[in-house]
Amino acid sequence: MAELEIDKLPTYLEIPAIQKDSMAGDGPFKASAEIQEQLGFPGEKVENWQQIAIEKMAETTSKYRSVQVFLDACVKCGACTDKCHYYLGTADPKNMPVARQDLFRSVYRRHFTFAGKYFPKLVGAKELDDAMLDDWYNYFHQCSQCRRCAVFCPYGIDTAEISMAAREVMNVIGVGQKYSNQILGRINKIGNNLGMPEPALRDTLLDLEEEIEKETGVAVKLPLDNKHAEILMVTPSADFFAEPHIDGLIGYAKVFHQSGVTWTMSSYASEAANFGMFIGSYEVMRKGALRIRKAALDLGVSRIVVGECGHAWRVAYSFWNTLSGIGGGASDEYALKLQKQLDSNYPQPQHIIEFTYDLIQKGILTFDKTKNDHRKVTFHDSCNVARGSNMGDIENGQFILPREVIKAACNHFVDMPKATIKASTYCCGGGGGLLTDDLIELRIKGAMPRMQALKQSQENDGVNTLAAICAICKSQFSKVLPNYDFDPYMIVSVHQLVSDALVLSDKSETKAEDSL
Amino acid sequence: MTIGFIFFCYLALLICIIGVSRKIVQYWQTPAPLKIPIAPAPLTRTGVFMRMAAEVFLFKSLFRASKWTWFFGWIFHWALVLLFIRHLGYFWPGDTPEVLLKTESFKYASFPLIIGLMGLLGRRIFVDRVRYISAPSDYLMLILLIAIGASGMLMTFALYYPDMGLVYSFAEGLVTLNWSELPSEWIFLAHIFLAFTLIAIFPISKLLHAPGIFFSPTLNQVDNARKKRHISSWAMQKETDKEIFIEQNSEKDE
Repeated sequence: MAELEIDKLPTYLEIPAIQKDSMAGDGPFKASAEIQEQLGFPGEKVENWQQIAIEKMAETTSKYRSVQVFLDACVKCGACTDKCHYYLGTADPKNMPVARQDLFRSVYRRHFTFAGKYFPKLVGAKELDDAMLDDWYNYFHQCSQCRRCAVFCPYGIDTAEISMAAREVMNVIGVGQKYSNQILGRINKIGNNLGMPEPALRDTLLDLEEEIEKETGVAVKLPLDNKHAEILMVTPSADFFAEPHIDGLIGYAKVFHQSGVTWTMSSYASEAANFGMFIGSYEVMRKGALRIRKAALDLGVSRIVVGECGHAWRVAYSFWNTLSGIGGGASDEYALKLQKQLDSNYPQPQHIIEFTYDLIQKGILTFDKTKNDHRKVTFHDSCNVARGSNMGDIENGQFILPREVIKAACNHFVDMPKATIKASTYCCGGGGGLLTDDLIELRIKGAMPRMQALKQSQENDGVNTLAAICAICKSQFSKVLPNYDFDPYMIVSVHQLVSDALVLSDKSETKAEDSL
Repeated sequence: MTIGFIFFCYLALLICIIGVSRKIVQYWQTPAPLKIPIAPAPLTRTGVFMRMAAEVFLFKSLFRASKWTWFFGWIFHWALVLLFIRHLGYFWPGDTPEVLLKTESFKYASFPLIIGLMGLLGRRIFVDRVRYISAPSDYLMLILLIAIGASGMLMTFALYYPDMGLVYSFAEGLVTLNWSELPSEWIFLAHIFLAFTLIAIFPISKLLHAPGIFFSPTLNQVDNARKKRHISSWAMQKETDKEIFIEQNSEKDE
């Protein structure tokens, strides 16, 4: 790929004047027939695709109140037009949230509203023709479903809901995205996004155990398929191999070790990520959630903890109970069995940040904060955690808990500018199924607002470490940081900071005797 | 002429009431299958109530988004409310209640109304992003509202006073079905015609944002998915039918 022209970061973030079609194109690679069929979608674009698509739109609006209301309620006030990081980074007007929705809305109006049927020109109603479908494919894959626009919309219109609906319509007519759908095929077949089979996973974990012991002298375990452990840990598979994710996994292991609670991972459900959300498919999403329920049942655990992954936490926190009855209130046989099995003294599922935070509150963890003294840390609120979940069941807990965990492990913490964090956080630029090299230009440009805020913190406060709790954010930042003259290694897992500062005690007695 | 006008008024009202009711029933009946509250999400029903009140009365999110749009939009909507209250007096059958008589000064709300609408129109014309997303109907809606406001102001503050006796008996007649002669001033006719046109297009236009906001799942849901199961009827059906299913009972020993 040719070198991209990336503009230098501005001192202040300016709203660009619109540049029509600046991101026009064919969109990301399309899924092959094989990939599509694995998920139950047509392998190729079906012949009567327009008819099928319109029928699917009718079904979606009748099944999703969000989509129905959002399509009707928009008044084109323009509040969202300067809120999307992709618009700010690319200036393509179709990356303004309302204009992105309008690609879908104009077709909705044409086929489902009085005004659009009889006065299409007047209300901007359009036919779903080839050009429109191309625009759908291109621009609904320029949305990371981060929901920043929804925070500012006076009616809470959430472009993510529309982009999910549009992607589902496209899948149903046989036009799918390779990256997301290939990954979904792997998870259904093997259990994780990587397609990493059990033996490879077991080896990886053993290697890590050796590595930790060599470094710390303490035998910290990373158990796999350990029946009757108390906790099932479900984490994004990137934690098993990618940098800097893996240091976060080591952090979880150390925290579990110190907590004295027995834990395990599952080779059957070795993936917290659930790309079913990205493609807007309730069915695919439910399948992913059921895998985790099955693993919990098979292993007989009493708690489920989720690792650092943004959209996975949104799915786990907001959707698992709905999809598979992990939590309480579901009434099918296995949900009831799980309810009996899970310990109701803890939130189910629980985020690893919540778990660590609780231990900190109880004084169970000891930190040597000076170990992180070379760092000036800031925290990137990952979009799905920030805008689609909670932690600690306290208002804004999802902003408070990660920061408290960082502060427990580090002496120097500072936030980025206020307009770019918490509920208003800028997306990393790679979420929502866009973390693929065929979208690299978009990813780099879309990261600009976050990078600009980071630069400000670097210049004003000397920030040299960017901590995050999302596998996608971590991968995305590792890749794009150098494009903006940052050190690619400045991105770390929050649990890497925990890992580096945590004082380990040797819990195994034989080891304790040895060292005497 | 009078008969035609009266017919038009009733037709407009009928379209509005039936159309909006149908939309409300549709929103009501369409399930929200997933919990999707948007941050900062309230954890309790009271919290949702407070959030909704802040959105409906103060346009809180819009305030965060754009101060100018908020300013023009907010003063326009509140002016509209005041003017609506003031107009109730015209339609009130029999003696106008005391409180409505005290709303005389609400007529000055027409100034912020026009200022707000002009501001919103200005944004639509001069801000390139807003211009890009505007359809002809978006301009027409503002122009329609400005025309209603301006014709009202001409009758109130300029010298185009209609015969107020006729205005009262015509408006009251619409409510009491005791129809009377229309005032003949063209400006009054225009005012009434445009106002009822606005009423008629309510259910087929973006004016649906008014009922829509109350049904917006991102705003009206309580953020308590872990504690309380949220499931839609169609998803429950799929669950009982085992439409998507993974064998959960693997008794194999490892």
